[in-house]
Amino acid sequence: MNTLNKKIHSKLIMNLGLLFAVATLVLSCSPNENQEVTTLNNLVLEDDFLIDGAPDPVLWGFDIGDGAAQGIPGWGNNESQYYTDRSENVVVEDGMLKITALKESYQGSDYTSARILTKGKYQRKFGRFEARIKLPWGQGIWPAFWLLGDDSNATQVWPQIGEIDIMEYRGQEPTIVHGSLHGPGYSGGQAITKQYDLVSERFDTDFHVFGIEWGPDYINYYVDDVLYNQITPQDVTREWVFNDNEFYIIMNLAVGGTFAGSPGLNTVYPQTMQVDYVRVYE
Amino acid sequence: MKIKFYKIVVLLAVFFMISVSCERDLSDDAIPATFDKTGEVYTDAFINMGSDFYFPFAGSKPDAFSEDFEVGYQSNSSIRIDVPNAIDPTGNYAGAILRVDGAGRDLSGFNALTFWVKASQGISVDAFGFGQDFFEDKYQVTANNVNVGTNWSKVTIPIPDPSKLVQERGTFWYAMGTLGTGGSGYIVWLDDIKFEKLETIAQPRPAISNGVDLTTNSFIGVNLLVTGLIETFNLASGLDQTVTVAPSYYDFTASDSNVAPVDPLGNITIQTSGTSIITATLAGIEAAGSLSVNSLGNFQLPPAPTRNPNNVISIFSDVYTNVPVDYYNGFWTPGSTTGSADFSVNGDNILNYTDFNYVGTQTANPLTDASSMTMVHFDIYIPGPVPSNFDFLISIEDWGANGVDNGGDDSRQQIFVRRNQVIADTWVSIDAPLTLANRNNIGLIIYENINFSSLRNFYLDNVYYYN
Repeated sequence: MNTLNKKIHSKLIMNLGLLFAVATLVLSCSPNENQEVTTLNNLVLEDDFLIDGAPDPVLWGFDIGDGAAQGIPGWGNNESQYYTDRSENVVVEDGMLKITALKESYQGSDYTSARILTKGKYQRKFGRFEARIKLPWGQGIWPAFWLLGDDSNATQVWPQIGEIDIMEYRGQEPTIVHGSLHGPGYSGGQAITKQYDLVSERFDTDFHVFGIEWGPDYINYYVDDVLYNQITPQDVTREWVFNDNEFYIIMNLAVGGTFAGSPGLNTVYPQTMQVDYVRVYE
Repeated sequence: MKIKFYKIVVLLAVFFMISVSCERDLSDDAIPATFDKTGEVYTDAFINMGSDFYFPFAGSKPDAFSEDFEVGYQSNSSIRIDVPNAIDPTGNYAGAILRVDGAGRDLSGFNALTFWVKASQGISVDAFGFGQDFFEDKYQVTANNVNVGTNWSKVTIPIPDPSKLVQERGTFWYAMGTLGTGGSGYIVWLDDIKFEKLETIAQPRPAISNGVDLTTNSFIGVNLLVTGLIETFNLASGLDQTVTVAPSYYDFTASDSNVAPVDPLGNITIQTSGTSIITATLAGIEAAGSLSVNSLGNFQLPPAPTRNPNNVISIFSDVYTNVPVDYYNGFWTPGSTTGSADFSVNGDNILNYTDFNYVGTQTANPLTDASSMTMVHFDIYIPGPVPSNFDFLISIEDWGANGVDNGGDDSRQQIFVRRNQVIADTWVSIDAPLTLANRNNIGLIIYENINFSSLRNFYLDNVYYYN
């Protein structure tokens, strides 16, 4: 009897230890409050998309077409859409930038959409780039918020110019986004990348903030208040091309392509990527 | 054994206490629940289901349902369903509802029924769902043809509008047979059946008429039903889940209630001539699809039969008592495209064949003995213009002494209906002598287009043998 009691007692103590561990784990349901998500807080660029119409031409230009004219049909990724600057595909209204993918025959493509960029209008090295976005959804839908390095009047080519993908997303994986880095020797399928999974929420039902903090020899990736990755020269296999070049911002919504795969029969159109704001801090 | 149980309870209790502390406290203004807000139906045991909760369907093998105390999803217990072989004399499928014994539950705080399932072989389960209570089945929701493999997987059945489920007794139901397994039985295990609130269920897309804009011609007094009630959701996996939804989740609207009003259950009653378009919303979301009803005015009923019932064997009529009929449309696949849109006008039921190529009425249980009859009667109505290439054949098939279709001793009588015998928008009576030598084992009456006739739609009433 005594021995049995003892046994139970010691077992209970053991289990209490276990419980304490479990409790600690469960209690940490919010991210560590000491985590430094951002340190650059001096706002130097802000587009809140408050004026209805086309995106502000001082800041944004357009890429038009299917990429063939640029020498990269399918924009280098076998994408299926034709980019336009029509208001059906890109418009500012209700305080949002709306980039909309439509299923329609247009200039030989089966889909239309839009891609806007600050090339030649706003470029910089280093800083904190973030945007608050509600994403679209569905098989083959591929929105992105990213930075591309200046090509020095076409004297340099991708991937040498560098590419920082702040947010990429496959419409068929509504809880997951990807942050990636492309450079010489680590581009395309060999890019340095990490995914972030909301697990119990989705990216197409509410707005989320996607950002990077970029400085000498580091790029930090975050979603909302969660820092989920840091990439430094130690993580890349070859040359780090992010300390010298200026980069510009691109926001686009692709349909199909190597990253997201072909759109499915059940993919619903139109699909809209809604951007509440784009901000840059230093 | 007892110690182990105690351990689990303590562990769980502390775990829950701590987990709960992450959530917001209830407001002081919160009103206490009137009904049980429990979401769990079966975890390691039945939860708050009472004692009398298992109700099998008629014809289902009643003892197919049991609890398994060895197999479970991350546990040692589950619900086990032994789907019988098709030839099992005690029931050839497994189907039942699990209904709360007592007052219903308030499930309005959840948005999905979820459970884990696996089977002894890969199968497609005919139906899983909730909201069936054998009373009104008012808020029934069904996922059909659910893919179940040999390893545990989670099934999510979204609730179209949780605010409706404030007192629901029908917590779970299933139906599974052996059509897809060549008649061989198998085992299905179910575990962790519960209602959950999942933020990852999104993009609700309700539909009526299966999302298609349908048009139908009809008449005063006809009762129609809005069908094709479905809703599709996108799950965390990125995959869509479509469910069949009871009409009570929808709010129906008729564009002209004077022509054809629609009631909360989707019943349409045509009042006068004109057009009324039926649309719907579900939980405030506009449903895709519609049903446009064109009422052409008064429907002309066929002349009521006046023959002495003692001299009649009726197959389809509201005047006589019909013999047992297996079906009026066998939906024979592959081959037959014929659908059915049967309706009733002031209590007179009318067969309506749509997308017609050929269709049959089977009377095999028992076979019809028309040996004392000399004639056969049909009333046929062709709505709209009669195609110029109209050519129609009625075949009456006797299955012979062995009573087996295509059993080697079948005989068949053909009755041709030609273009000059029919008139558009008018009932035409066909009376033909029964010339079959053997007509004591009649199993089939077949209607078909012949010689490339392009008839697609007709009504049929008062089919009977007589002398």
